[in-house]
Amino acid sequence: MKIAVLSGKGGTGKTFVSVNLACAADKAVYVDCDVEEPNGHLFLKPEITEKQSVAVTVPEADMSKCTGCRKCVDFCKYNALALLRDRLMIFYEVCHSCGGCILFCPEKALSKKQREIGTIETGVSDNVTVLTGCLNTGEVSGVPIIKELMEKLPEKDTVVIDCPPGSSCIVMESIREADYCILVAEPTLFGAHNLGMVYELVKLFNKPFGVVLNKCLPGENPSEKFCRGNKINILAEIPYDENLGRLNSKGLVSVRESGQYHELFRNLLYKVAKEALQ
Amino acid sequence: MKQLLILSGKGGTGKTTVASAFITMSKGRAFADCDVDAPNLHLVMSQLSEPAKTDYYGFGKAVIDQEKCTRCGLCEENCSFGAIKDFSIGEFECEGCGVCLEICPVQAITMLDHISGDMMLYKNDERVFSTAQLKMGSGASGKLVTAVKQQLIQEASDSDLAIIDGSPGIGCPVIASINGVDFVLIVAEPTISGMHDMKRIIETSKHFGVPCAVCINKFDVNADTANEIESYCNGLLVSVVGRIPYDETVVKAVNNCQSIASYPESPAGKAIGLIWERILNDLVSVKNREGENL
Amino acid sequence: MKLAAPVESKSLDAPICPSFGRTPYYALFDTETGNHEFLDNSAAASQGGAGIKAAQMLVDHGVEAIITCRCGDNAAQVLNAAKVAMYKAQDGTVTDNIEKLKNGGLSHLSEIHPGLHNHGGVKE
Repeated sequence: MKIAVLSGKGGTGKTFVSVNLACAADKAVYVDCDVEEPNGHLFLKPEITEKQSVAVTVPEADMSKCTGCRKCVDFCKYNALALLRDRLMIFYEVCHSCGGCILFCPEKALSKKQREIGTIETGVSDNVTVLTGCLNTGEVSGVPIIKELMEKLPEKDTVVIDCPPGSSCIVMESIREADYCILVAEPTLFGAHNLGMVYELVKLFNKPFGVVLNKCLPGENPSEKFCRGNKINILAEIPYDENLGRLNSKGLVSVRESGQYHELFRNLLYKVAKEALQ
Repeated sequence: MKQLLILSGKGGTGKTTVASAFITMSKGRAFADCDVDAPNLHLVMSQLSEPAKTDYYGFGKAVIDQEKCTRCGLCEENCSFGAIKDFSIGEFECEGCGVCLEICPVQAITMLDHISGDMMLYKNDERVFSTAQLKMGSGASGKLVTAVKQQLIQEASDSDLAIIDGSPGIGCPVIASINGVDFVLIVAEPTISGMHDMKRIIETSKHFGVPCAVCINKFDVNADTANEIESYCNGLLVSVVGRIPYDETVVKAVNNCQSIASYPESPAGKAIGLIWERILNDLVSVKNREGENL
Repeated sequence: MKLAAPVESKSLDAPICPSFGRTPYYALFDTETGNHEFLDNSAAASQGGAGIKAAQMLVDHGVEAIITCRCGDNAAQVLNAAKVAMYKAQDGTVTDNIEKLKNGGLSHLSEIHPGLHNHGGVKE
């Protein structure tokens, strides 16, 4: 079963829920898709078993064949190419790897070259296999890394996908393979507002989903109100807990430190499994 | 116009809490929300009328004319983004590269303009607020961030100070936020991940040669890590301009659509007030960078 | 020498536009003949890589030096490779700056800012 954990906004507790869910299972795979700022590994502290480079295809010019026709420069929608008298300049950080220039050069002067944009680290943390995607600083898009991560997902095990915040294209890639989505929301107006965005996203993709309300405080909860108003299933309500905050701030996994939280996340896992089967 | 940018790296550390408080306390006349993926600032800024909206165009999207299509499959074969399946182009997967248009033997494919977001401008005699919302599934928001700032500078050219609520993360939208500002205030939270992300933002600010300072939010969640942050910053000669305690009043304020500055006697309100005084002093002494305005 | 400067309107009495890659026009000036013309900057509407496209256009027009307030990394790379000199603009009009350049009063642009990696644009 593949569970994606997402939220409209950063800091609501995606990583907290994902990491703990994975650790509460008997055996699971945790996938960190927040490739710009992966944080899961800070808690899981996995022993790394493999590091793989993720590359994209970029063009490489053989100037001996170039006639200066400019077809490549004129075609490129991203303006990644500039032609000077004796050389073709290629700007990798704006290249989107569409392959158009290589395809359409009449002299076949451009060929494919691989260029690293990030890495995937595989590791083990007790009962959890950890896959961490990491985008190199300054790179345009983490989508190729997500695509690669999705290829590595096992068929049968419990997989927890820690998604990037928001609802942009990289989030869409991260939930594509999911059987079920958990939306994490905090009890503020901001939380409810951003919950609305990911709610639209999971509906668009027809994914079964439920909400976990995190950092709950006494008093009215705008996110809860949103759920009730839209008849959204609330899977769990995790109260704001100073101790939890402290555990978290130290980079500790709550289900591994506290029986209470272990039980909470076991229950959540069970609930999600039940929902996903329906 | 001097530009003050509030950043945090990680989301949820309190950028908008701090930015909105500063704007209220300074009776801010020019401000912007650069978190175009999930803008929140407008929720706590009162007295906002309907904004003027402008369509924001991203890369185009290709579309296949089913009547002309001969089902040769060349487009699908050559699409690097896997956007074409069964002679139909996925709106979210298409990156507007134009390969399919070029390769189609019967010119059955066209590129359509695609609105990937909305720019919004709230303007009256008293204030100018520039913000935007990227539509779901859109990529790369860097240019939209630049457009939000440009809009602010253009519409509020007579203001001395612009306060900008920045984008979370460390990628292109953040770089676009930082470009051209005079001062960056980094809101850090005392957690392992918070510290990790704060370090990356400090690095980015220094890379751009923009002076920065740090304030520690919810510092009492982990006073030890808060101290670690302070030592780290001292080591880099980055000022720590204040510490804000965890305070439920912040949640109360947000849920009442107000900034914490409306509760100046609350612990968080007081702390932010002091930080604001400090920042004002720092801003005055920062020399305006040349040829800034985009 | 053929010079170019980004300019907000088609006039040599206009100030130099603060943006290099997304300026609406370039003023092209030939110091030997005194002739000048204005180029529409098609790169301004670009989704991304505006600086690159703009620099390419100026190189194609045989420009040998530019006067600008700022210049991004990518555009600078193209200009450097094409051996186009870059001068830092000062306050004043295009004409003022050209005069200063002739008298050796302009210094080379040393501050190149990192690219903005921008995608998408606002349609005019």
